[in-house]
Amino acid sequence: MTEPRQVRITDSTLRDGGHAMAHRFTEGQIRAVVHALDDARVDVIEVSHGDGLGGSSFNYGFSLEDEIEMIAAAVDEARTAKIAVLLLPGLGTVEDLRRAHHAGASVARIATHCTEADVSPQHFAAACELGMETVGFLMLAHRIGPAELAKQARIMVDAGAQCVYVVDSAGALVLGEAQARVSALVSEIGHEAQVGFHGHQNLSLGIGNSVLAVQNGASQVDGALCALGAGAGNSPTEILAATFERIGIPTGIDVARVLAAANDVVRPFVPRLPVADRGAIIQGYAGVYSSFLLHAERAAVRYQVPVHDILQRVGDAGYVGGQEDMIIDVALGLAAEADRVG
Amino acid sequence: MRQLSAAIVGPGNIGTDLLVKLLRSEVLRLHSMVGVDPASDGLTHARKLGVPTSADGVDWLLAQEDLPDLVFEATSARAHLANAPRYEAAGITAVDLTPAAAGPFVCPPVNLGGVADAPNLNMITCGGQATIPIVSAVSSVVPVAYAEIIASIASRSAGPGTRANIDEFTQTTARAIEEVGGAARGKAIIILNPVDPPMIMRDTVFCAIPPDADTAVITGSIHKMVAEVAAYVPGYMLRADPQFDAPRDIWNGMARVAVFLQVQGNGDYLPPWAGNLDIMTAAAARVGEQLCGARVAA
Repeated sequence: MTEPRQVRITDSTLRDGGHAMAHRFTEGQIRAVVHALDDARVDVIEVSHGDGLGGSSFNYGFSLEDEIEMIAAAVDEARTAKIAVLLLPGLGTVEDLRRAHHAGASVARIATHCTEADVSPQHFAAACELGMETVGFLMLAHRIGPAELAKQARIMVDAGAQCVYVVDSAGALVLGEAQARVSALVSEIGHEAQVGFHGHQNLSLGIGNSVLAVQNGASQVDGALCALGAGAGNSPTEILAATFERIGIPTGIDVARVLAAANDVVRPFVPRLPVADRGAIIQGYAGVYSSFLLHAERAAVRYQVPVHDILQRVGDAGYVGGQEDMIIDVALGLAAEADRVG
Repeated sequence: MRQLSAAIVGPGNIGTDLLVKLLRSEVLRLHSMVGVDPASDGLTHARKLGVPTSADGVDWLLAQEDLPDLVFEATSARAHLANAPRYEAAGITAVDLTPAAAGPFVCPPVNLGGVADAPNLNMITCGGQATIPIVSAVSSVVPVAYAEIIASIASRSAGPGTRANIDEFTQTTARAIEEVGGAARGKAIIILNPVDPPMIMRDTVFCAIPPDADTAVITGSIHKMVAEVAAYVPGYMLRADPQFDAPRDIWNGMARVAVFLQVQGNGDYLPPWAGNLDIMTAAAARVGEQLCGARVAA
């Protein structure tokens, strides 16, 4: 085990939280959350559609407000925090990144499925050219082993990533599995880049996995206030801050203020807090992309089929982040089967 | 019917799959297969099938006394941009399967009639060939303010060129959804899925339609178009009937039609799951055959 070190927390309430809010944040909510996080001395605040830049769509849900204007509002509100954006190549483009940078975003987080890092160099090159800080995101990291994941991290670092995250998009990694992946990345890229961890609460392990990640050399961790995020939500930023302080790992966050941010700013406007219900647990158990939850719930109502059946089948099919359209297809298939049986 | 002769430049996976399709054609005569590497699998395959080959590139092709009427280019955007003016100067019509887009976009069942005289035709993208016919089927019966497509392909069917410049796919396809498909605004998304065994290409088309649109007319138009595409891509099919959703405020008061497609390849040179590559070569072959018809009629 390496010596405890400082960990930097990136708050993703205003990005991953979009999944739980059906991407309907108002400008007022964005300003209030940025203000409160900045006040609590959170270093980095991510602001984008839940599926990243350009995510506003039929497939993922339309944003309430124009995302570039929202990024500009967040930049305007932040005094010391950096504003980060997420970009999924294949959905967002270099052009989207340029617009976000022009609006004041200074951290580019480029996300690919864990086996597809070689679609990202174009976007890392653009981020570097724009002078942005760069972070790579290897999503659904449970789908491949530690050694393979480390090779993908290498591709991102060679393309310009200054940090690569193990992203447990399904909340499916169980303790040692998260640990092993973080360790593999640290030994592959640790001399040139940082390693990060992004957890989900589907099996209630977001915080535990994050602590293990840091104890194994990760220096960046993601959270969201009130766990506001896909599936059963993200590792709650306020619990990360409290837990790391208790075990003597400095995050720089003011615990009292971040607790206030969660309780007084976010909780009042959230219509439904993320919870580890049957659907979310199945996501962790079957390794399903957390953002699929609300889409599966809607398809379940529309086609009168059980949400956990949809999620289980989506997991069996090996669908990856971005394939929200396949949820409707799966629901149609289940409905057709039910008709035949009935 | 008089035959047009056609050369294939670029003996990679796409060029070789196209070779197999063109050999089946009754109206196109294969002139040659041209590459730059004598050891390439594609050239070897062509030789075995009795097709003249050369590894001396376009220089060899243009030095022939008997020039082809058509050239199908399956190299790279950069190579095609260099070659395109040379084909045109030699009076050869180019069917471009690269992302170069030197000439107008063509999607055979939608707009070939309008661009058949162009010296250079661009085949858009795989996702474009799969989805633009559907956007057009909808926009031909109701106004489409916005159309969005999601193309999911097997990771193994995405080559290094596609991966290095994936924005080219999303931007080119989005533009063609507007210019060829007839949507006021287009958006394209591509997903690479590494599952094993590889997934068959899937495409989803969402169109914003007026709240009072006649769903039966739209459904009829879509079914008709699917049959037209299936005539040259036998593995092109609807997964389910078009799905209609009632108008919503968050859709600016518009209703929505969703169309779920599967594109299974013909297994000519590439495996059946590579429907994305099959639909490009099948559409290109279709363009070649229809150009024959157009030129003979003229």
